[in-house]
Amino acid sequence: MTMQEHEAVALDTAAVPSEAAIARPLGLWLDRRRLLIGAAVIAGLMAPLVVANFTIFQLTMVMIYGLAILGLNLLTGFNGQFSLGHSAFYGIGAYTAAILMSGSAELSYYWTLPCAGAVCFVVGILLGLPALRLQGLYLALATFALAVALPQLLKSHVLEGLTGGVQGIVIDKPDPPLGLPINADQWLYYFTLAVLLVMFAAAAGLVRSRTGRAIMAIRDHPIAASAMGINTARYKTLTFGVSALYTGVAGALGAIVVQFVAPDSFSFLLSVNFLVGLIVGGIGSIPGSLFGGVFVLFVPNIAEKVSTGLSGAVYGIILLLLIFLMPSGAAGFVRRTAAWLARLRHTSTRGGA
Amino acid sequence: MKQITRRTILATAPAAIALTGLPVRAEKQYDPGVTDSEIKVGNTAPYSGPASNYSTIWKCEAAYFKMINAQGGINGRQINFISYDDAYSPPKTVEMTRKLVEQDQVFVIAGGAGTPTNTAIWKYMNQHEVPQLFVATGATKWDDPKGHPWTIGFQPNYQSEGRIYATYILQNKPDGKIGVLYQNDDFGKDYLKGVKDGLGAKAASMIKVEATYETTDPTVDSQVVNIKAAGCDVFINTAINKFAAQAIRKAAEIEWRPLHILSGIGNSLAGTLKPAGLEASKGLVTDFFLKDPTDPQWKDDAGYKWWLGFMNEWYPEGDKNDALNVFGPTAAATIAQVLKACGDELTRANVMKQAANLHELSLPMLLPGITISTGPTDFAPIKQVQLARFDGERWQLFGSVISSALPA
Amino acid sequence: MEQLLQQVMAGLATGAIYATMALAVVMVYQAIDHLNFAQGELATFSTFLAWQMIEWGWSYWAAFAMTVAISFVIGIAIDRVLFRPVRNAPILSQLVAFIALFSILNSSDGEIWNFTIKTFPTPFGTKPLFGSGLISTHQAGMVAVTLVMLALLYLFFRGSRLGLAMRAAAANPEAARLVGIRVGWMIALGWGLSTAIGAVAGMLIAPIVFLDPNMMLGVLLYGFAGAVLGGLSSPGGAVFGGFAVGIIENLAGTFIPFVGQELKLTVALIVIVAVLMVRPAGIFGQVAVSRV
Repeated sequence: MTMQEHEAVALDTAAVPSEAAIARPLGLWLDRRRLLIGAAVIAGLMAPLVVANFTIFQLTMVMIYGLAILGLNLLTGFNGQFSLGHSAFYGIGAYTAAILMSGSAELSYYWTLPCAGAVCFVVGILLGLPALRLQGLYLALATFALAVALPQLLKSHVLEGLTGGVQGIVIDKPDPPLGLPINADQWLYYFTLAVLLVMFAAAAGLVRSRTGRAIMAIRDHPIAASAMGINTARYKTLTFGVSALYTGVAGALGAIVVQFVAPDSFSFLLSVNFLVGLIVGGIGSIPGSLFGGVFVLFVPNIAEKVSTGLSGAVYGIILLLLIFLMPSGAAGFVRRTAAWLARLRHTSTRGGA
Repeated sequence: MKQITRRTILATAPAAIALTGLPVRAEKQYDPGVTDSEIKVGNTAPYSGPASNYSTIWKCEAAYFKMINAQGGINGRQINFISYDDAYSPPKTVEMTRKLVEQDQVFVIAGGAGTPTNTAIWKYMNQHEVPQLFVATGATKWDDPKGHPWTIGFQPNYQSEGRIYATYILQNKPDGKIGVLYQNDDFGKDYLKGVKDGLGAKAASMIKVEATYETTDPTVDSQVVNIKAAGCDVFINTAINKFAAQAIRKAAEIEWRPLHILSGIGNSLAGTLKPAGLEASKGLVTDFFLKDPTDPQWKDDAGYKWWLGFMNEWYPEGDKNDALNVFGPTAAATIAQVLKACGDELTRANVMKQAANLHELSLPMLLPGITISTGPTDFAPIKQVQLARFDGERWQLFGSVISSALPA
Repeated sequence: MEQLLQQVMAGLATGAIYATMALAVVMVYQAIDHLNFAQGELATFSTFLAWQMIEWGWSYWAAFAMTVAISFVIGIAIDRVLFRPVRNAPILSQLVAFIALFSILNSSDGEIWNFTIKTFPTPFGTKPLFGSGLISTHQAGMVAVTLVMLALLYLFFRGSRLGLAMRAAAANPEAARLVGIRVGWMIALGWGLSTAIGAVAGMLIAPIVFLDPNMMLGVLLYGFAGAVLGGLSSPGGAVFGGFAVGIIENLAGTFIPFVGQELKLTVALIVIVAVLMVRPAGIFGQVAVSRV
């Protein structure tokens, strides 16, 4: 982490700073932030009432990807553990939901979310334990192994009876409950939105708490953190579990919305997509994860519009431009702009007084 | 009072005839996606991602529809072919298909590539009653008029091809020891199942090795070595071009000459045999339903000449060595035929009715003797193949056209 | 027993492919301290260039030399144009730049040269080595070339001033600047070298696996695994790791019953992770000790 990153993250998660001179503009900024969040939530609630079904579907997928990226963010952004394996957690969550909904259990779709979360939490912990010994690129390889293993396992004839093998599992779309006057797409949107708000709020709470500070301390200065008495092993493993839980719940939602799971949908390439979304959105930024979701869904479509044959090249160029213009991701860009605006206001206030 | 002259009688004649109730031209019926001048055909295809080499099929279809449009369209209507990239990813296929149906309001969907991608939209298409025409995969599930009346397959399915290989082996090498190489996904497993079903009770004793590969594997050399080491003298090679070629070449390198059966997926002369080595490919057996454009025996064939002209004029950047570019126009022609048969009754229900009503449709690049037929309980348009053996220079067709229909 | 030997030999043969790639991966890692995900695609692009030259009638060795030279220049150019602006961005942001490069190259290859597989000639011939059916002359040649490259690199880094300067720039950029080393150009040189090695790797691998835009995807992943197994700080280790991965994968596929075939790659990676548990910096890697 560079010095700029340190500052940026501190700005985001610090409590009210001690210096009174900048307290007021920063306080205004935090209030403004809450206003913005409120406005965004209201816009989110209104959206499905005004747009077409197909766009509602896209927005729901954006939220799902955003949630998955938030999971990765907790591990890589906030705790510094590099993971190329989150496609596996997404896939495990998706298959958990699919198997529970279609098999003999015939579970209602909303119960599949906690189940998927629980399963992924356990898998995450199990992975977090050996991960303690690995750093950086070596950890990347271990998580990459997981990402590669999952499709192969899902397709293998050992598990075929459970997973449907290469043919995958088709799921029914849930109906709105209690005969509400909205269609299935809108219902799924609201359901996803509710889950998203709850989980984003929980993540924000986690990050602001003592646990969150411990997690970030481990990322920034692992040796100092353990010297201060933080049990790095426990926190790192726990973070793995929670991160897997988030992405697993996203996977379950994804399965319900797309109504289909197949092994090769959850390949290593999905992990790379999540990573790209994380970075473009902003490492260590919770709202940035949602922007990452927007990027992952819409930018390939944009690239294709420009050129069907060279869509990959256009995608790459867009990615490069974003990285050149916003090296710390969208969240970093917003933060910098806000800080710059705050400084402007501060100097004008000081000058006026 | 007007004088009733011959002129007035002639003038009022048409009205008089109409009043007598002679057949009047049918009322035009349009479902979404159709106007007096246009029919919208939607499609999703893997223009990017792991299966991007197949995208040329739909580039070809687009070219075919351009040609049709230039020739006046179908019953006077221009085809608007809208094709989006799904990167061979089922969630993307769902997204793009919904866009086509709900936002672009297409009339029908021209089937895309792959079993998982088409399975992902299977339910949606049938629930929304939008025709999913001639999907470009050989899975058996598409032949299901009862369960999924809005989806229809196209090519001979992989399982029946597998059965045909099994039958051939039982006829020519009944006590052979078989090794199978297949891709670790849906079509590979379908081939294997077909082979096993075709061998019946003898499957367990005859099949010695079932070797898989992933598309990310650099080579399949090790699998080939394994199969030879197990003492196999029959090799069923259902790999795609690149790996099929590697397998053929490796077999020759380690001086292993089994009865070598190549599947329809990987049997292109220029795409597989040339890289592998024409000498090494001698004796290979495979099945065809389309003409291999790289085979010199079709040089003077009328159908091939038509195809060559089509490629040169409408898709010059397409690779004329690629068998996929033969599949494309064949599928597009079938769609065009179905739309034409609808006349002015361009409803989706009528499309499926016409799609289930093809009688021995003959197209330029289908092998002689192979035609397209469908019926209300028969959603498998192409059910015939013919075996061929490679003599070092070209594929020599032998035997008669075999039915690839699965037993009822 | 004979099957074991055959599989080991086949593993060595495929392993040679991974080893060459692993070497290129480690080269760039040593120069810029992270992994170049676009390495494989750069190698594929270089191989396509060589193929095109041969199609235009050039001789093999002329095309080979020209391609290596062009790749060297391309590597330097990419560093100067693409990566210098993001050198101070967080590591993960630089990672995205690699991914972008990957995407651009892969897509362009497909568009320019299409997806039909192409043969690529080899200077070593393809007869079985010493008449045995286990390894061909080309594969033996490939192993030899990889080892020769390794030796040359070792001599370069240990024995020449430029090599020393590059090592210094990678180990401690600040101190290196203070002694007058132009760190920026050392990094660019590292890029150029790695792209050139990648080109050689591509031209050696293509005759075996056939040339197509997706040729290197799997190879890069295996090469990466091999490099990590051997230790990212050790070029010799990377080559060893590459061979090891080839052999492990083959043996896993052959001898682990029931699931071996379908889960070959998984098993190979599990073995590697297990090794990393015991030696977290790779078998031959040096554990970096940093002052707190």
